[in-house]
Amino acid sequence: MAEAEKSGAAGAAAGKAAAPKGPGALSRRIAKGKADAAKLFPILKEKFGAAILEEQPQVVEPFVVIDPEILVEFAAFCRDDARLQFDLLSLISTVDYPPKDAERGTIQVIYFLDSTAHRHRLMFKVKLPRDNPRVPSVENLWRAADWHEREAFDLMGVIFEGHHNLVRILCAEDWEGHALRKDYVIPETYHGIKNVIY
Amino acid sequence: MRDIRTEEMLLNMGPQHPSTHGVFRVVIRTDGEMVLETESHIGYLHRCFEKVAENVSYVQVVPYTDRMDYVCSMINNLGWAEAVEKLLGIEAPERAQYIRVMVAELNRIASHLLAFGTYGMDIGAVTPFLYAFRDREKILKIFEKLCGQRLNYTYVRVGGVSFDITDEILKDIEDFCNYFEPDIIDEYNRLLSYNGIFISRTANVGVIPRQMAIGYGLTGPNLRGSGVRRDLRKDEPYCIYDRFQFEIPAGSGEQGQTGDCWDRYMVRIREMTQSIMIVRQALKGIPSGLHLDKKLQLKVKPPKGEAYHKVEGARGELGFHIVSDGSEKPYRVKTRGPSFCNISVLDELTRTGKCMVADMVAIIGSLDIVMGEVDR
Repeated sequence: MAEAEKSGAAGAAAGKAAAPKGPGALSRRIAKGKADAAKLFPILKEKFGAAILEEQPQVVEPFVVIDPEILVEFAAFCRDDARLQFDLLSLISTVDYPPKDAERGTIQVIYFLDSTAHRHRLMFKVKLPRDNPRVPSVENLWRAADWHEREAFDLMGVIFEGHHNLVRILCAEDWEGHALRKDYVIPETYHGIKNVIY
Repeated sequence: MRDIRTEEMLLNMGPQHPSTHGVFRVVIRTDGEMVLETESHIGYLHRCFEKVAENVSYVQVVPYTDRMDYVCSMINNLGWAEAVEKLLGIEAPERAQYIRVMVAELNRIASHLLAFGTYGMDIGAVTPFLYAFRDREKILKIFEKLCGQRLNYTYVRVGGVSFDITDEILKDIEDFCNYFEPDIIDEYNRLLSYNGIFISRTANVGVIPRQMAIGYGLTGPNLRGSGVRRDLRKDEPYCIYDRFQFEIPAGSGEQGQTGDCWDRYMVRIREMTQSIMIVRQALKGIPSGLHLDKKLQLKVKPPKGEAYHKVEGARGELGFHIVSDGSEKPYRVKTRGPSFCNISVLDELTRTGKCMVADMVAIIGSLDIVMGEVDR
């Protein structure tokens, strides 16, 4: 953090020549994210109540954590409600936390939504047990989810229940393991091809 | 006539094929000239960038981002640098912001020129390719002067840009703008855009309706070709894009239906004019001052947390999701490569029953994919 402060001072010194006024684009984007959260989280809270396990409206990237049980219902509400209209699924990300981590052996599946009509965005997470990460598929809501879910399955080993074709997408079909798991061991050979590790 | 066989045939196109724009394989089920169904296979260039990024420092990731969308490296660098800056809670110096906008827009033009040239080749017009490369070369020369590289620049860094821009290069950029617009773009339009054969090959082919485009997560020129005016430079401005005047071209079905191949192609041509407009405004406004925060080149250590930052790449919305655990290396990096989403629509487009094999080539070309980014 100390570094960030120092560099902030350097940035201000450089700015004197050009005299920029007001906050920069990045801080405005962060502020916009927080404003979106303040607007949207109460709507979600009102609809789903206790199934929203956690909300973080004040961090750099505000998010809610929801119960995996309600995922499809939640996603459908986000897409169809007139106040939300999240028609664009931007990305499905996954993060692996090994057992000794503070998150205690969970895999988080993170969904990023955008609305082309309202121009707001939403990030929500589900936390799954690391030994059996299963979550319902949302490919029927957003076609974009098809490939994103296959990628998450391929590299992180998350099972998306109800996906019509959950097979590996980037790695070869006979590849073993899921490369983005923190405990993944890089294989020494693949079909007799030696793996060189620098 | 009895000997003519009419059964369906499975055809394998790629992974090495000039019309697939990289190492991309499509299995096509054909009935004569008609395509009944396709199945896309990707992953031939997969090197797990995301795993690599977990093992190197924030500064060392920059060269890897070059190699994702390798015809538009500047914007990849920019996306990464800004995502890390967002985590750090800092803004790049004013002069660096102007340089970033200029190089990003020039790189966008270079990338659209490549798309324009190769698209002509896909359709069967070889000449435009030579014109496109003649002009792309001028941009690459400018970049070479600027940072010594022609393709993988590693130029935009966390906290600024690696080399300051000189007056001589600014003059070169101005000369290029005057050379390129409007004369050269008119030349392209005369050469290809309004060519009768080209229009009949691309209009009404591979129509992506608005809802389908949004549903598949299409972004960039492909989404705008379907008539959706969504551009992060306007909608969620980053850098200093909100200071410039420019328009967002969108497809309107001028030659056929909205969202056909011609619309997507034409959005790119029109975007080049807009990019030149932005570069001209940036040239006028560029201030003096620092171009780089040198301290950040040795050690970047963002606080614990996560950020998702998107920028408008030449092919669509390029996003980086970074999770930081407070150390010098990112805990997790996830990339949203626009081409990855854009190419996923192909199987749907060829399922219409009216798509011929040659149309499929026209569709792949109009989506303008870069496999380095699809496979990452």
